[in-house]
Amino acid sequence: MYGPYTTIDEANQAVIQKIVAGAPFLVDVVPAKTVVEELNGRVLLHAGPPIQFEDMTGPMQGACVGACLFEGWAEDEQQAMTLLKQGEITFIPCHHVQAVGPMGGITSANMPVVVVENRTDGNRAYCTMNEGIGKVLRFGAYSDEVILRLKWMRDVLGPTLSRALSLTENGLNINVMIAKAITMGDEFHQRNIAASLVFLKEITPYILRTDLSEEHKSAVVEFLADTDQFFLNIAMATSKAVLDAARTIEHGTVVTAMSRNGQNFGIRISGMGDEWFTAPVNTPQGLFFTGYSQDMANPDIGDSAITEAFGVGGMAMVAAPGVTRFVGAGGFDDALATSNEMTEICIDHNPNFTIPTWNFQGTCLGIDARKVVETGITPVINTGIAHKEPGVGQIGAGTVRAPLACFEKALEAYALKLGLI
Amino acid sequence: MLYSIIQENSYQDSVNLMLLTNKISMMDGVHQASIMMGTPANKEIFQNTGMYTDELDQAGPNDMCIVIRTDHAEKVTEVLATIEAELKNQAVSSSKQAFESVRTWDKAMKTLPNANLALISVPGQYAAEKAEKALDHGLHAFIFSDNVDIHDELRLKQKAAEKGLLVMGPDCGTGVFSGIPIAFANVITEGNIGVVGASGTGIQEVTSLIDRLGGGVSHAIGTGGRDLSDTIGAITMLNAIQGLEKHKDTEVIAVISKPPAKEVRNQVVQLLHRLSKPVVAIFVGEEPQTHEGSVYYASTLEETAMIAVDLSKGRAIQANYNKLNGEVPSAALRPEQTTIKGLYSGGTLAYEAAVLMSKGLELGQLIHEDGYLLKAGGHEVIDLGDDKYTQGKPHPMIDPETRVHYIKQAAQDESTAIILLDIVLGYGSHDDMAGALLPVIQNTRSEAAAKGRNLYFVAALCGTANDPQNYEEQKAKLEQAGVIVKESNNQAVRTALAMMGIQLQDNDKTHSEVKQTMQGEIQVSEAIAELLSSKPRVINIGLKKFTHTISSYGGSTVQYDWRPIAGGNEKMRRILSLLS
Repeated sequence: MYGPYTTIDEANQAVIQKIVAGAPFLVDVVPAKTVVEELNGRVLLHAGPPIQFEDMTGPMQGACVGACLFEGWAEDEQQAMTLLKQGEITFIPCHHVQAVGPMGGITSANMPVVVVENRTDGNRAYCTMNEGIGKVLRFGAYSDEVILRLKWMRDVLGPTLSRALSLTENGLNINVMIAKAITMGDEFHQRNIAASLVFLKEITPYILRTDLSEEHKSAVVEFLADTDQFFLNIAMATSKAVLDAARTIEHGTVVTAMSRNGQNFGIRISGMGDEWFTAPVNTPQGLFFTGYSQDMANPDIGDSAITEAFGVGGMAMVAAPGVTRFVGAGGFDDALATSNEMTEICIDHNPNFTIPTWNFQGTCLGIDARKVVETGITPVINTGIAHKEPGVGQIGAGTVRAPLACFEKALEAYALKLGLI
Repeated sequence: MLYSIIQENSYQDSVNLMLLTNKISMMDGVHQASIMMGTPANKEIFQNTGMYTDELDQAGPNDMCIVIRTDHAEKVTEVLATIEAELKNQAVSSSKQAFESVRTWDKAMKTLPNANLALISVPGQYAAEKAEKALDHGLHAFIFSDNVDIHDELRLKQKAAEKGLLVMGPDCGTGVFSGIPIAFANVITEGNIGVVGASGTGIQEVTSLIDRLGGGVSHAIGTGGRDLSDTIGAITMLNAIQGLEKHKDTEVIAVISKPPAKEVRNQVVQLLHRLSKPVVAIFVGEEPQTHEGSVYYASTLEETAMIAVDLSKGRAIQANYNKLNGEVPSAALRPEQTTIKGLYSGGTLAYEAAVLMSKGLELGQLIHEDGYLLKAGGHEVIDLGDDKYTQGKPHPMIDPETRVHYIKQAAQDESTAIILLDIVLGYGSHDDMAGALLPVIQNTRSEAAAKGRNLYFVAALCGTANDPQNYEEQKAKLEQAGVIVKESNNQAVRTALAMMGIQLQDNDKTHSEVKQTMQGEIQVSEAIAELLSSKPRVINIGLKKFTHTISSYGGSTVQYDWRPIAGGNEKMRRILSLLS
């Protein structure tokens, strides 16, 4: 009934053992089309479970426009909108092609993606690189400044990092970077500054050893030094690579992906393979930059909740006292209470990533959909908040909960599959 | 010889590794140990300390290097297993983790890993399920909840018996374990008397009296009111008695029950005769005439406590404990004032009052009527804690409202001479029941006086000096309002009857030697012996206020905030149970 396992608990244990055993390495940065066959054509990847253009919220639509401009499929916004509205662009969820994408998650052929290899299973996962803050594609901005930066990332940043990584012996060991950064106050969704620094520390010597021009090297190091959230996208690809390997255990009730497309929140559980279980997303609550407010907030969006499925992000709120205020929690005690609450729906702790502020308990490991439904406690997600209009960008940050209905649907489907109902 | 293991890509903080090194170094058979990441600097340290091996050549900065010096190659496996467990449990070993509350069994068991008792006060329909889980986790279950089906009770108790566990309840209102009051309970001095009772207020009355008589209680174990029924067969009581027999600090055992089914009674009595410790037993309502060997039979709860205390202090047992203490207050009654109205909050106290009054009124037998424990010739005894009166309302030990209503009604009845009450103190009960009842007592008395009638109140005050309500203060409040306060229910009923000119006479009890002592081994499971030999570690599922009492008396406890599974969604609840 549960394959080689006699109980669901046993199957779940096998899944979480895979998560603990994961050995993710950052091995390369390459144009997306070279690793995602489907991108050779007028195809865009997007965040979350499947969605069509007309159902997308502002930020994702804006990012689609930006991608059309970036790829040269359109001259201007109007042309791009025509293409998109006429259905000439095919959309595929990032998750369906071993990829993940932040916020809108819009990924096109020539955008560079980080390549994370999980050495335990040999599988790989991809994610675009972080563009920094302000006007950026992931929040739906598509002004010249945005497209220019994307082109620089394609022409300079990507190739430079690729060359640098090729000089490393085996790529960069990401578990090590995460283990270090979690003791430095990162939770890897809202706060990545420590991990980004650790990454900068690891990669800079190799960048300096490349034969690229001093001007390029200098620009790349400067960009990395300026981009506090650079590691987020690496953490996302890491979470994806590790959870995809865990997903090969096709039994049990462990949540293997959480993702949002601005309209629906989707989850996958180990026993149901590739199937998405969706419910309408909630809208994040949090703090807003000056001039913005809750009523301008876009509903929950992005593949970045893969980090929470992996056990970091909001699940590891206690690790990052520095951001607990920013994400709307009342203080350290609230952060502690949040992580403690999350342990109610998780199976164990991940010994790879121990959290000093949590008495060295490891990060949450294995969200059990059964525990979510039993208690009604839904996973908490730390997230940036996009303006609901395309092109405005990030207007704040906060937290949001996964909707309970996804988990109920997943369990019902699993019970049905097992012939129990 | 040196053994080295390289764990590739297994980064750990150096502090963790130093702690780990200490731990491994202390293992038997390990002479020396060193665990570090394979950085060049660390490799130098390995070299300087003579712990370097060739295998370390290959190790990189992200590889955990474990080097141990031991004479036994097989130690290596043990060391690796220890390291794995240690790294996994870094958190568990580090001090206590104070959780406000938990929401799942898993979390509760992780928070209080040595828990041995589940205190369950969730709505009755969910209580059996929780108790079952408790048993599955190897915990004794104390089911405060009522409205649990008797077949569920039987199933749970059978399962518990197989596992060597105790199920106390359902509808178990009270318990005292190693001095810790559980649920509705009094603060009782610790001592050598172990109490087992199928009655909540029966236990409260006996333990409180033991305390006030200068004795002490080791444990008071409630079994739930149906334990001695034919269906259940005293499963819990028999196990609890055997537990107390084997418990070294218990020297006297007191057993409290309403009259059980005949077969069950025989079983219990047979066990009592096999015990090495003296026993006092009361089956409320029976009128025993003879003590048998070291098994003493009491007719009232007060007598039970008195015999227990005399036994516990090695004093001779008297022939008759059931005498009226003190002067009978004079009562100036009008001719039509001929009845006593007993308005009780405690079920067994009400039952005892009904028994004593039936005897005094020479009714020959208990006359039950729906909702009344006694209703004859205008006399009434009502258990206001009965389901019939508590529908949708808090229990009268918590909330005075129902009783206030019935006092008013009784006062308007011109035949009423005396209103008989019980005031039960202790944790769980109203903070100031005397104060809460004072207005209605004063008002009804003055209204009656205005009509030329004297209305008398007699109250049995159950509790101890250490109860949170303060026994003496409660007593003073009642007396100031003209209430005649007695120290036991037995004395209160006898006083009320005497005021009506009825003297209850009990015969002296005789003592017969038992010709042959029964044979049979006393069996106690490890888990029950453990429960009785240390302070309980309690997972409190439901009413949060129970945790405060437990922790303030030195028990450890975790609050399990119970909510209906899947938010009460029946379909999901069923799916969850299928997927468990």
